[in-house]
Amino acid sequence: MVANFGYGVLVITFFVTLYSAFAAIYGERKQIPAMVESARRAMLLTWPLLTLAAGVLIYLLINNHYEVQFVYEVTSRSMPTYLKVTSWWGGQAGSLLFWSWLMSAFASLVTLRKWDRDREFLPWVIVVACVTMAFFIGMTVFFENPFAQLFQTTAGVAAHTFQPVNSILFTPEDGRGLNPLLRHPGMIIHPPMLYLGFVSFVIPYAFAIAALITGRTDDRWIRVTRRWTLWAWLFLSCGLVLGSRWAYDVLGWGGFWGWDPVEIAAFMPWLTGTAFLHSVMIQEKRGLLKHWNMLLIILTYALVIFGTFLTRSGVLSSVHAFAQSAIGPLFFGFIGLTLFTSVALLLYRWSSLKSETEMTSLLSREALFLLNNLLFMSILVVCFWGVIFPLTSELFTGQKVTVGPPFYEHATAPLFAALMLVMGIAPLSAWGHSTVKTLSRAIWKPTVAAVIVTAVIFATYTQNVGALIGFFLVALVILVTIYEYWRGAYARQKGQGENIFTAIWTLTGRNRRRYGGYIIHISMMLMAIGILGIEIFQVETQGRIGVGESLNLSNYTITYRELASWDDAPKGVNYTRAVVDVSRNGVYLGELHPRKDYFYDSQQAMTIPGERATLRDDLYVLLIDWEPASTTGATFKIFVNPLVNWLWLGSLLFLAGVIIAAWPEKEMERVAVPVKNPIQQQTSAAD
Amino acid sequence: MGSSRITFYALLLTLILAGLWTGPAFAQGPTPTDNDVNRIAKQLYCPVCESTPLDVCPTEACRQWRELIRTMLADGKSEAEIKQYFVEHYGARVLAEPPNRLVTYLVPAVAILLGAFILFRGFQLWLKPSTTEAGTVEQEPKALQDPYVARLEEELKNRK
Repeated sequence: MVANFGYGVLVITFFVTLYSAFAAIYGERKQIPAMVESARRAMLLTWPLLTLAAGVLIYLLINNHYEVQFVYEVTSRSMPTYLKVTSWWGGQAGSLLFWSWLMSAFASLVTLRKWDRDREFLPWVIVVACVTMAFFIGMTVFFENPFAQLFQTTAGVAAHTFQPVNSILFTPEDGRGLNPLLRHPGMIIHPPMLYLGFVSFVIPYAFAIAALITGRTDDRWIRVTRRWTLWAWLFLSCGLVLGSRWAYDVLGWGGFWGWDPVEIAAFMPWLTGTAFLHSVMIQEKRGLLKHWNMLLIILTYALVIFGTFLTRSGVLSSVHAFAQSAIGPLFFGFIGLTLFTSVALLLYRWSSLKSETEMTSLLSREALFLLNNLLFMSILVVCFWGVIFPLTSELFTGQKVTVGPPFYEHATAPLFAALMLVMGIAPLSAWGHSTVKTLSRAIWKPTVAAVIVTAVIFATYTQNVGALIGFFLVALVILVTIYEYWRGAYARQKGQGENIFTAIWTLTGRNRRRYGGYIIHISMMLMAIGILGIEIFQVETQGRIGVGESLNLSNYTITYRELASWDDAPKGVNYTRAVVDVSRNGVYLGELHPRKDYFYDSQQAMTIPGERATLRDDLYVLLIDWEPASTTGATFKIFVNPLVNWLWLGSLLFLAGVIIAAWPEKEMERVAVPVKNPIQQQTSAAD
Repeated sequence: MGSSRITFYALLLTLILAGLWTGPAFAQGPTPTDNDVNRIAKQLYCPVCESTPLDVCPTEACRQWRELIRTMLADGKSEAEIKQYFVEHYGARVLAEPPNRLVTYLVPAVAILLGAFILFRGFQLWLKPSTTEAGTVEQEPKALQDPYVARLEEELKNRK
């Protein structure tokens, strides 16, 4: 009964979204304000309705309603309540509902905030948001119903939305339980973050489409959505970082990124989104690349839908799986349709999107930004090709293949290096025009300092050529950024008589996007240090040792002390925990507790590493196997991951950088105000 | 004739003895370590699980495959032979990269070069008007400068 109610709410929401989209189109075309207002109110109704549907699903999850297929698949009696709630996004049907719920929240926020200011765009924003929502809600209504129930018929037990004739409701005693890998705190936060990123990128896309439909093709849509885009980028980035941390802590393979298609699916919209964030600045400042920016946001939207689909379905693993999947062809159909419509609109408005000025120098900031865009798109090409190649190969040659990390690492390493070089040079070039002479004058000091840093690394840390190139680029970007900061702060200090700290504070406050961006650049370089460390210097060993015996790796020694195994009956988990002593160069550092958790409900194990983290390296110990009865011998796998913690440190700085860059500025409020003083307007827009 | 026959049999006996001595020693050498096994296993992908290298896959099937690698190493099989064995039995998908590397790398390389070419042509078209109108300019035109940079530069110039 409750499940049927939840399904009913979903069906109503589906029709409300459709009504909202059609009412907005009709009202806008026929210029009937009441109709547009009706569309807006219908759209605003979707969030309470979806919240109600979600509330029903959560009620079913918490109260062990195993007659509901989704509840049966993702929860069990032994799971704590908070995990039952987060199981909402632990399976495909729930994830689609979660996605729709977030989408309606964002769409409602947009229309609630500045309806009068953006009156021109918002009806079309409603159309785009509601069509997207209708698609996702339609998927749950027709194909992936989270409220489908299990019925016993003569043919057996199967899930149905409506009770078949001659059937009775089937309620299993217990559920299968959530995949243990998804019970980690990282996995509880990671999907919502990723979905927040995905969903919030729909907003700038919706405004772009509104701009194309209305013919208001200046940079207004970009200015209106600038902060939305930054927040979307922040959420997506946090989702990726949290996912990496989860993989590092839970998957037990000593790394954080495996170039898995699911990871890449989330990474691809990030690549186009990052390129978009840079290239919109060229449009804002120089009136260039209007077509390109439209294309980038259209592509980002398509990749968001593709990513949402891929992260949960896994149907791209084979042609067979894709053909069997009910939602696979529909997702691709929707992506194709929206892509075709968007590009058709872009072509329709092509002539009105002409650049206002010309590119005047190959070394200007805009030219370097364009190069940065090319590099981001090149990485995207590599990623996309790697994801679809197995499918293409199977389709055309019948041969199943794997595209694993070696391909991605070989193909993207030079592109990432080039990207870092551009990141080092671009902040020093001027908008409009730069010459070799002016750029050399600006860059020689940071370059010399970066060479000195690299020489010190060569003398004290490594002679690996790849690593040295990487560290040189890291040093160059960081030093250029600090140099830029110093130049600004020093100028203020001398000109305004401020002390250096006030100067830095004021400088950042007056141009948050630029200096927030610089902090993001530094944070990316800290992350690059971590990536270089684990990619180039990671070492590992594995061996079976008895109690009191040791394994050595780098300068570390681990000594097996004891092992204990016990059941936690209420949680339905068996824990096996080893205690190992750790020393480095003979100095005792403490003990680690690698363990293996076995979940009885899902019959799956989770390997939890014992970790000792420092900025120098991470000692990462895994319990692989043991002698169950005597526990006198156990097999351990040890990784030493140099510098990896710089990655997590960089992530925190990244967060700070984006918050600074996205913090509201007075300029944002001026968007709707007619320009009275063009000079003032130009100055405030500059960053 | 007689001495050559003796020499022949002596040589044959020597070879047989040598074979008896070295053959088993080669086949039953020191048991390969976990590290020896993992070195090869991490280059192979689990034929059952998606995107999971063989060295970290927790399934029973993969544990058995790792033991198979150990046995093959103990039998004196080379890394290439072991990989070939897995490809023959489970298909090319067990390799971390597709066998035809040329196609795998060529398509993105061509796409990227095409993108670079389009960008280069775009630059050429953009730059033409400026070179004809303004010639070679060493000074940065003030009108085109970022006002904020211009102000910073001005402040830097005026510093004491």
